[in-house]
Amino acid sequence: MMELVCPAGNFTSLKAAVDNGADAVYMGFNDHTNARSFSGLNFSDKQVDKAIDYARSRGKRVFVAINTYPHPARLATWEAAVDRAAAHRADALILADLGLMAYAAERHPLLPLHLSVQASATNLEALRFYTQNFGVRRAVLPRVLSMKQVAQLAAAAPCDLEVFGFGSLCIMAEGRCHLSSYVTGESPNIAGVCSPAKAVEWRETPQGLQTRLNGVLVDHYAAGENASYPTLCKGRFVVDGRRSHALEEPTSLNTLALIPELAACGVKAIKIEGRQRSPAYVAQVVATWRSALDEYFIHHSDGVTLDRKRREWDSSLRKHAEGVQTTLGAYDRVWQ
Amino acid sequence: MTRLKLALGPILFYWPRQQVFDFYEAAAASPVDVIYLGEAVCNKRHQLRIPEWLDLARYLADSSAKEVVISSLILSESSADLTAIRKVVDNHGLTVEANDQGAIQLAMERGIPFVCGPTLNVYNARTLGWLAARGARRWVMPVDMDRQGLQTLLQQRPAIETEVFAWGKLPLALSARCFTARHLELTKDNCQYRCIDYPDGLELASQEGRELFTINGIQTLSPQPMNLLAQLPEMAAMGVDVVRLSPAATGMAEVLAAFDRTRRGGQGGEVIASDGVNGYWFGQPGMVHSPPLG
Repeated sequence: MMELVCPAGNFTSLKAAVDNGADAVYMGFNDHTNARSFSGLNFSDKQVDKAIDYARSRGKRVFVAINTYPHPARLATWEAAVDRAAAHRADALILADLGLMAYAAERHPLLPLHLSVQASATNLEALRFYTQNFGVRRAVLPRVLSMKQVAQLAAAAPCDLEVFGFGSLCIMAEGRCHLSSYVTGESPNIAGVCSPAKAVEWRETPQGLQTRLNGVLVDHYAAGENASYPTLCKGRFVVDGRRSHALEEPTSLNTLALIPELAACGVKAIKIEGRQRSPAYVAQVVATWRSALDEYFIHHSDGVTLDRKRREWDSSLRKHAEGVQTTLGAYDRVWQ
Repeated sequence: MTRLKLALGPILFYWPRQQVFDFYEAAAASPVDVIYLGEAVCNKRHQLRIPEWLDLARYLADSSAKEVVISSLILSESSADLTAIRKVVDNHGLTVEANDQGAIQLAMERGIPFVCGPTLNVYNARTLGWLAARGARRWVMPVDMDRQGLQTLLQQRPAIETEVFAWGKLPLALSARCFTARHLELTKDNCQYRCIDYPDGLELASQEGRELFTINGIQTLSPQPMNLLAQLPEMAAMGVDVVRLSPAATGMAEVLAAFDRTRRGGQGGEVIASDGVNGYWFGQPGMVHSPPLG
């Protein structure tokens, strides 16, 4: 069985995840120490205790993400976050900065460490670096590897692997993308946000709706076109005189179809993206993935049954996807 | 200020073989102190194979007074990519610019000195100290870090050289997807190496015609060069050791000359000084120029 790791942006979402079949949830403190540092999101110390109690009393695990890179002048805040997570008896920390890993490994040697996707480890030697030096037990893989490459890595990996199953599709290697800060001054590495809401403008014009990020036109919609949140990698731009989604279209990642292959190569966990999404999103996406994993691992359904059911699951997941469409992303070589 | 060293970063674009050789012949005769070279972006590029990059590096190291560093691939995906990184690290004698943690692991295991490239996300003193204690002899500041952060870090006097990306199109992101191939409606597996047609990358603009990014295969860069020429005195005073100039297909000699004159306290860099963007240095969006240009 692969572990289903689900997003908890607040207590309501955490309940939705646990009640709908999550095996584990991941959460962050309400400050810049995690990569979904949105206002109104995440947990205070008091809320963390309540959340951990709720999950643990139902046999679920709780991971705390401290996965931005500590600012040189505020390192103490990140180190304190590690100590706080340890005091709350989190089941694991999800870290990206190696200095913080060294700190956690030294101060809290019994606390399991997971490597955040923000650390961009894509090859065997990088995984060895983190396991040998900091005892990292699990790594979340960036969404840049094809299915074949995931399988090759899993065959030799010195730690467990977790891969993204569903949610917003980062098309750039996570932890190495500065597009957002280039335009807005804030990006995931330091500020814990991508295309921050405060820089977004939805402007109605006689020619149609424009979406802007810090003044930069990200897309311009004709009447009847679905407008999407202006993430830079999913805008419509002009290259060589041709207007197109030059980097990627608004779309979400959905790897339901890959469950058999991911299971066969030994991937240990599936991550659902979306701590910034609504409790309704969490409930439905988690429930759908629970059904899919159970169908495969518990009921051992045949390929025909799985394919038939998958069409229903896919259509229910599409409702929660950006641009109401999903893709296999980099898992599918043709996408690359 | 003359102790401030000038470095040429690795060529991030795909240039024809002869252009590469011509570029380094000029570099050898130029005022730069450090030359980084090698393929850092896409392992499919083959105008020079890794043994030829290593030969070129050794030739430059032997025939000039420059410090020569071989750069490893930033994003590796396949086993072939990892093999490329191994070949670069196992080069017998050259310092390596490690551009991912895999390259650091290999360098540490072999006890080879290394430079931490700008994509390694070294943002604080604890991380820097950890790396310095394990063979890192220089680090390149992440491009999005500001002067205040750098100042704080340097005040802790890390036992390692500091390099700042000071001129050239800013490397902003890497993907599994090749955007040049996508634009040309080719698959990545049949890309026909067409990025060689764009020696300074392919411009991506907003629908209003504002230059926004530069496409370079799997890499996305800024359209304007980062330009910290006017900040050289400030950097020298802070304790920066090296400034990196990232190769462009044209005009590199003028850029080098302007940086060289300025680090010696001379004038003459005015035209270049007003060019480009510098927002990251001031803690602002990378795309802005501070103060605003008139």
